[in-house]
Amino acid sequence: MTVLLSVQGVTKRFGGLQALTKVTFDLPEGQILGLIGPNGAGKTTLFNAINGVYPPEEGHIIFRGQEVTRAKTYTMARMGLARTHQIVQPLNELTVLENVMVGACFGQENHSLSNAYGIAEEVLEFVGLGIRSEQLAASLNVAQKKRLEMARALASRPKLLLLDEVLAGLNSSEIGNMVETVKKIRERGITIIMIEHVMKAVMNVSDRILVLDYGQQIAEGTPEEISQNEKVIEAYLGDPKLAEKLLKEE
Amino acid sequence: MKSWQKHLGLVLPLLVVAGVVLWPIITDNVSARESAFTILKAIALASSLNILLGYTGYVSFGHIVFYGFGGYVGLYFVNDHGWSIWAGMLAGGIASGILAFLLGKAILRLRGAYFALATIGINEAMKAFANNFDLFGGPIGMVLNFSVYKAYGGAAEALKMTFYIMAGLTFAALLISHFVRSSKFGLGLLAIRENEDAAEVMGVIAPNAKTWAYVLSAIIPGMVGVLFFFKNGHVEPPVAFPLHSSIELLVMVMLGGQGTVLGPILGAFAYQGMRGYLVTSDFFKDIQLSVSGVVLLLIVLFIPAGAIGWLRHRIPVLRRVLA
Repeated sequence: MTVLLSVQGVTKRFGGLQALTKVTFDLPEGQILGLIGPNGAGKTTLFNAINGVYPPEEGHIIFRGQEVTRAKTYTMARMGLARTHQIVQPLNELTVLENVMVGACFGQENHSLSNAYGIAEEVLEFVGLGIRSEQLAASLNVAQKKRLEMARALASRPKLLLLDEVLAGLNSSEIGNMVETVKKIRERGITIIMIEHVMKAVMNVSDRILVLDYGQQIAEGTPEEISQNEKVIEAYLGDPKLAEKLLKEE
Repeated sequence: MKSWQKHLGLVLPLLVVAGVVLWPIITDNVSARESAFTILKAIALASSLNILLGYTGYVSFGHIVFYGFGGYVGLYFVNDHGWSIWAGMLAGGIASGILAFLLGKAILRLRGAYFALATIGINEAMKAFANNFDLFGGPIGMVLNFSVYKAYGGAAEALKMTFYIMAGLTFAALLISHFVRSSKFGLGLLAIRENEDAAEVMGVIAPNAKTWAYVLSAIIPGMVGVLFFFKNGHVEPPVAFPLHSSIELLVMVMLGGQGTVLGPILGAFAYQGMRGYLVTSDFFKDIQLSVSGVVLLLIVLFIPAGAIGWLRHRIPVLRRVLA
């Protein structure tokens, strides 16, 4: 299995705050990696380090065999990395379709406007926003904006997709739909790292899980291993039986 | 989108500008020609500013600097080196483009109010430079040697010609505005306007795109400057770098609707019409700039998207036509 992304000893500080401490993992192509941890554990910071928003102080990030530790966000996008934002970032005064066309035009395949139009229509159907394509992005509700984030990321035809809490703020039926969408994305062969607080969903979807706590990588393994890991239970889940219960509910 | 639909938004702008161009030709009236010249000049400058202000979302308070600087450079070559008006205009446009490129590299990393302040500073700095630069005549400026007009069949013919060149420049500004708006480059600019960080995450190379938008918005003003000073016969620092004209350009773009092709054209037309009335009225003639200030305030408070933006918002069917 080829390694798509390799994160080696990545450390990030904000002044006196140690946001990430020597985070190290390899992500093979085609897998879904769940990234979990309590609030403030450094999950989004890790995403920001990978896609170039905040370059790390120490360590290396290797994407598709190339050193990209201090690459700009647009360079990463053009290399095939796409992400969604925890706090949605729609291009408000553009239509939903135009938002998605931006993803297709400037992503790794660098499409012309007319190709991007076709891709955007297809991706919007896929995430279920087809009928909204002519609306302004500002007029969507939160669940729809999360789907829009997803559509923009997918339209760039990424190799690696970073999903930052796409389920947060959604009701249970919306969560069900979104989980189905994530599974369908994996079927397309796209590698995914997802940050998620909805345990049931992340345990269910991920191939492997990495747990962060105060910027430290405290565990890594399959969902079953993680749900039984004492450190994780202690640091994150609190109640030792909660993880099992959550898995059984499914 | 069908390709002809993409260019539907060009129809109205072309018709409006063609109307302004034909009006003095049909009436064969010299004073109408002067009014039309002023309106065309405003349209060309406002449409150029719109590429930066409307599409990219960067407020340039000192955009007139490109008009003044390009004009100075072009007139210098026409006057002192005997270049033709065509070569002079080309030199002025290129000079402004290069200035914008260099400035863009330096100040486009600033955002919001900081960028706006920097552009004012540059305009004032350039005025001070022209005041002290002997090659450009210092504070006296340059006076065109009237024998230059002979090559174009005398002063009257030369003035007539400047009107047609102005018409050509206005159409050029319009086409640039439209083709930027409907291109992939333009989509990148709109994305930057809406959210620069998100645009970069999607792969838009914002530093480059912004710099080229700035360059594109500077070239036509540079050429217009050369033409206007050639027509006027002289140039001096306060005429070349008037800060209030920069602000008037902002009012035009905001009034008509920033980020649309038609907006700046209608805005320029309406503003020049209003200004023409104000400067000739007994009551308003000394306070016409304060009226402009009030207009800007009202726009920002009540129709921030401008007239065209407001119409597009109210009547979505019009979106295709009112690009």
